[in-house]
Amino acid sequence: MSPVDRPPARRVLVTGLATYWGGRLAQALESFPEVEAIIGVDSREPTRELERTEYVKVGTQHSLIQRIVKAAEIDTVIDTRLTVDSIATSRGDAHENNVIGTLNILAACTGEDSPVRKLVFKSSAHWYGCEQDDPAFFTEEIGRKHPPRTPIERDIVEAEAAVADFAEKRRDVTVTVLRCANVLGPDVDTSHIRMVTLPMVPMILGFDPRYQFAHEDDVVHALEHAAFNDVDGIYNVAADGVLALSEVIGLLGKRPLPVLPPWGTGLAVGPLRRLGFRVPDEMLNQLRFGRGLDNRKFKATGFRYEFTSREAVLKLGEHLRLRPVLSGVKSPYRYEREVEEFLRWSPNVRRERAGADAGLFDPSPPTREAPAGPRSQTELSEPGG
Amino acid sequence: MTPDRTSLAGAPDEREQEAPALPAVRDRDLLPAIEPERRVNDWGRSERIEEIFDRTVVEFFYRYWFRAEIEGIENVPSEGGALLVSNHSGALPPDAAMIAKAIREEHPNPRPLNITVEHFFKGYPLFSMLIPKIGCVAAHPANVQRLLYDEEQLVLVFPEGRKGTEKLYSQRYRLRRFGRGGFVAAAMRARAKLVPVCVVGAEEAAPIFAQSGLMKRLTGLLYFPITPTFPWMGPLGMLGYLPAKFRVRFLEPIDTAELGADPDDDKALVQTISQEVRVRIQENLHEMVGERQSVWLG
Repeated sequence: MSPVDRPPARRVLVTGLATYWGGRLAQALESFPEVEAIIGVDSREPTRELERTEYVKVGTQHSLIQRIVKAAEIDTVIDTRLTVDSIATSRGDAHENNVIGTLNILAACTGEDSPVRKLVFKSSAHWYGCEQDDPAFFTEEIGRKHPPRTPIERDIVEAEAAVADFAEKRRDVTVTVLRCANVLGPDVDTSHIRMVTLPMVPMILGFDPRYQFAHEDDVVHALEHAAFNDVDGIYNVAADGVLALSEVIGLLGKRPLPVLPPWGTGLAVGPLRRLGFRVPDEMLNQLRFGRGLDNRKFKATGFRYEFTSREAVLKLGEHLRLRPVLSGVKSPYRYEREVEEFLRWSPNVRRERAGADAGLFDPSPPTREAPAGPRSQTELSEPGG
Repeated sequence: MTPDRTSLAGAPDEREQEAPALPAVRDRDLLPAIEPERRVNDWGRSERIEEIFDRTVVEFFYRYWFRAEIEGIENVPSEGGALLVSNHSGALPPDAAMIAKAIREEHPNPRPLNITVEHFFKGYPLFSMLIPKIGCVAAHPANVQRLLYDEEQLVLVFPEGRKGTEKLYSQRYRLRRFGRGGFVAAAMRARAKLVPVCVVGAEEAAPIFAQSGLMKRLTGLLYFPITPTFPWMGPLGMLGYLPAKFRVRFLEPIDTAELGADPDDDKALVQTISQEVRVRIQENLHEMVGERQSVWLG
């Protein structure tokens, strides 16, 4: 990933700006001077502090996005908006976002005169499903044998099919699909993180599934890597190492609670759901059969993971232990939006170094320690595009 | 982008004949590094549980109950991927554990043996939890390819599969069909050596007198055998082996590296080798059974 390989300027559209991924990615992109314009769309307000990303509010169906793409002459679309966890939103909204939204975004990139040259689509390893006759490590070429079993899987399969169709038709556009494993990290919220946060972790009696994770930082870096390199095709994004669930529970210092019966599991989670612990269907399959991915194809493009699955779990454990200590404590002052905006835009601020504003500013919110990871830091110090 | 990415369900016969789910050849250097702090590997194999199992149950059966005798251990390569092919029998087959133990005990460079099992075990409670921990993996072509080619390990297959373990006592030491030669294709793709293995004793240790179709359906098991101890003594009756003398013979390996890496090129060659392996195992079995003075004392 040397700056020489990169095209000179980029005009990027990030969808799902209000999601964790959209926000983090936009923040990361802001620090690259060769990215000329970043436009973020979502149906909700962005939750992260963004410096030069322009936010445009759109409907959940993203039906007007074509006009934005044309008007802003977007050359790269990074689609981070897919809902891959059914606790995030309602069933109907997820479908609207995942299927109809994808179709509209693809339509926006399709026209004859479309300026889009690159599409990065964040998908999920739920595409593979979890079945009894799965291989121990899914590679990207291995198709699925069985029809999708849960609504989320169905959505993902349908959305990816539309993306594949698009890639087939528009061969001049680089299409990257990233199938991410279960993400762990202090800032994301997924049903699996909620599950392992419980004092005792429910398991299906007689099953100890294999789990592979990806740390949240690695996923953001993977999106960046895909944005700046021409990596055509489908890639698994998953950290090294597949852990048994019992091992995960041990690493977190929790206890297993094998209460879910092996037969009639669906019925038994009813009472659990009533207690407020939501067990999505796609998670039940994973609790039974688990899933492992072969991550070598993406590594072969030059990407390196910062965390292994085990390290991601340990990192989460650290965060979980710190959380009760830190809750209620205001994090020390690091950033105030108004001050930063004054320093940046006010005509009364004297600027001594030209072009320094890209490096001066720490775009991360106050809770994070390292703004964009060591990788992008080194790139910043390089002369650039 | 593979063309079949949107096809959701392949026809069942198509699935069996071809190996649709084979990964493209990848860089071995990019395999995940081994984390020394872990005691479970990426396949779910647990050093700790395997050791407990090995020191108690397997040790007892190998040394005292079956008094296993091993021939030709030098035919198991000390490095590189190798596919061991064996005859198969018994209600809860003791042969796989004995072959693994033989390599651990007798081989100058003992390596863990990966035993391929039916996908069924992954879906059945308790089996699903324990079986991978002691070194069993599902017999998926992609799994075999990764173990043999990428990780250069030892893999044990039973080409007879369920047909072998289902057969009754009256049909002992008669090899069943060797499938479509999938094991030869797997070894060729991985350029691994094929090592035929003959096991004598397992048929008498766990004789099956009948199969119960009704009980099979009721319990959801793969098959429901009637043995001297099962089902009369409950699930533990599965371990109620008779003390037959075990003999394991490893035969001269077949090097597939010279045969070419694409088994799809020459299906006849695959069938020929599959047949050859089968005949060699069968002939050696006959020889070993013929030499045997007593089922129990060897």
